[in-house]
Amino acid sequence: MAKIASVGSNTPKNRAMRFLVTLFIIALTVFMVSPFIWMVSAAFKKEADVMTTQLQLLPGYFYPNNFLKVLGFNSASDYHFIRSYANSIKVGVLATMVSVGSSVLAGYAFAKLRFPGSGALFILYLSQLMIPSQLTLIPRFVIFSEIGLTGTHWALILPKVVSVSSTFMMRQAFLSVPDELRESAKIDGAGEFRTFLQIMAPMAIPSIAAIATVQFMGSWNNYMDPLIFISNWRQWTLPLALNAFVGDTGRQYGLTMAACCMATIPVFVVFLSGQKFFLRGLTVGSVKG
Amino acid sequence: MALLFLLPSLMGLIFLSLLPMVISMVASLTDWEYTRGLGNWNYVGVKNFLDLFTDAWFIKSLKNTIFYTIGTVPIGIFIALVIASLIDNFCSDKIAGYVRIALYMPNICNVVAVSVIWMALYSTQGPITNMVRALGWEDPPRWLANYHWALPSVMVVAVWAKLGYNVFMYGAAMAALPRDLYEAADLDGASEVQKFRYLTIPLLQPTTFFLTITAIISSFQSFGYTNVMTKGGPIDATYTLVYYIYKTAFSYTKTGYASAIAVVLFAMLLVVTIIQWIHNNRDE
Repeated sequence: MAKIASVGSNTPKNRAMRFLVTLFIIALTVFMVSPFIWMVSAAFKKEADVMTTQLQLLPGYFYPNNFLKVLGFNSASDYHFIRSYANSIKVGVLATMVSVGSSVLAGYAFAKLRFPGSGALFILYLSQLMIPSQLTLIPRFVIFSEIGLTGTHWALILPKVVSVSSTFMMRQAFLSVPDELRESAKIDGAGEFRTFLQIMAPMAIPSIAAIATVQFMGSWNNYMDPLIFISNWRQWTLPLALNAFVGDTGRQYGLTMAACCMATIPVFVVFLSGQKFFLRGLTVGSVKG
Repeated sequence: MALLFLLPSLMGLIFLSLLPMVISMVASLTDWEYTRGLGNWNYVGVKNFLDLFTDAWFIKSLKNTIFYTIGTVPIGIFIALVIASLIDNFCSDKIAGYVRIALYMPNICNVVAVSVIWMALYSTQGPITNMVRALGWEDPPRWLANYHWALPSVMVVAVWAKLGYNVFMYGAAMAALPRDLYEAADLDGASEVQKFRYLTIPLLQPTTFFLTITAIISSFQSFGYTNVMTKGGPIDATYTLVYYIYKTAFSYTKTGYASAIAVVLFAMLLVVTIIQWIHNNRDE
């Protein structure tokens, strides 16, 4: 990112200033992430050493038992952590596929296919941004109950079929693909769907990756929907398992922090590897289109 | 042809968004309990809405939600603006990148994990309580269990979790600011504070506006932290509107009444959105 201020000039005074502010920012950042540092540190401690007055980053021993207990080894009770993990991955992948698929198709239709009422329909889509999910939640619950979907993962996956922000982003992405490409494919005899799949969709891969990361993280971290739609532990996703685990183990902070580590660190890894796409997906939502 | 492309999301829009919305609006005028099944309800007119005025729990939830919004949104955005502008002005690109990503981490963490970590930090022997003691406050409150401290304690978590997002959005906006204005200010001998006050803040106004509106909307829908950390308590200290909707609809099965609260929430968000819409159109 470009520097906007004068401090680019290299006088000793400016250099000292830059050094001091950078130190301050780094200290502040460490302070802000310190809850996570504390989480990791506590997860590796015996219970008696977690809540002490003197700060100790790592104990003088190696103690992986908290993690083993969370996973159900050396422990009388099973917290279904591994199963919930698998469920979260399954729901995340399917929800991402459903939402990416439908938003790419819809975004393409809004950007490239002329049809009567397309403008009005697009405004109807955008108007959905105003509707809080709580307004539709109760009827959604009842509708899903009537058709037997509550208590299944489909109750978490199907609603992702309509994602306004993703559709909007895909529309923007396809608008920037030149029409000539589409026309020449047609002249070569490709049908509408084949043109879309083989010529147009590949042009939008960066945007598709961006909405896919946003959707996956959204599904992975979703708490309210599973809380309402899922009751049986066999279908639990990670946030529910974590919540139940904490309810059971209460004040055994070493244990609960180990559980938090396992719930968060994989997301950090996914985020760090996909951050370029993810952060890109964020800024697109804020520009006027 | 276009219809084929639109079919999946159009079906979703109709059956998972528009239809439920209409059902909610209708249900808000009834005495519906969802366990009786869809459509099995009696019309009671606007009774549910009138009842809200005398419902102490609703009024407390509304007050809490407004206090939460006023207490988190401006502070969170202002801190982010200062930090983002310090990063942009003084840090090398490499350090700026690392700092932004590190600050962003709480935002990608699920709300249950964040809540559980902070419950440990806030506990009576936890690091926060110890730190406050070390600073000379000998008898600090039990944060989340104290009627007066519970909501502010939750708000601290909310500001912390959101900060990285705000800093990132400001960072992206600052990268696009016109540099020549700053060079001109330098020639005129403007100080850093003057440039921040008279250039950066006004130039970033659209970003500030966007962040404020979206933060208000998400604060009004706050649910997760409260549900995990305090269950709305102690007593009603951390009841938010959405938590109250959740309790009313699913614990007390007063679905019609809960729908009425949801409609009120919708109306309030609609006002915020209309303000945003007018504001955006005025700019163009």
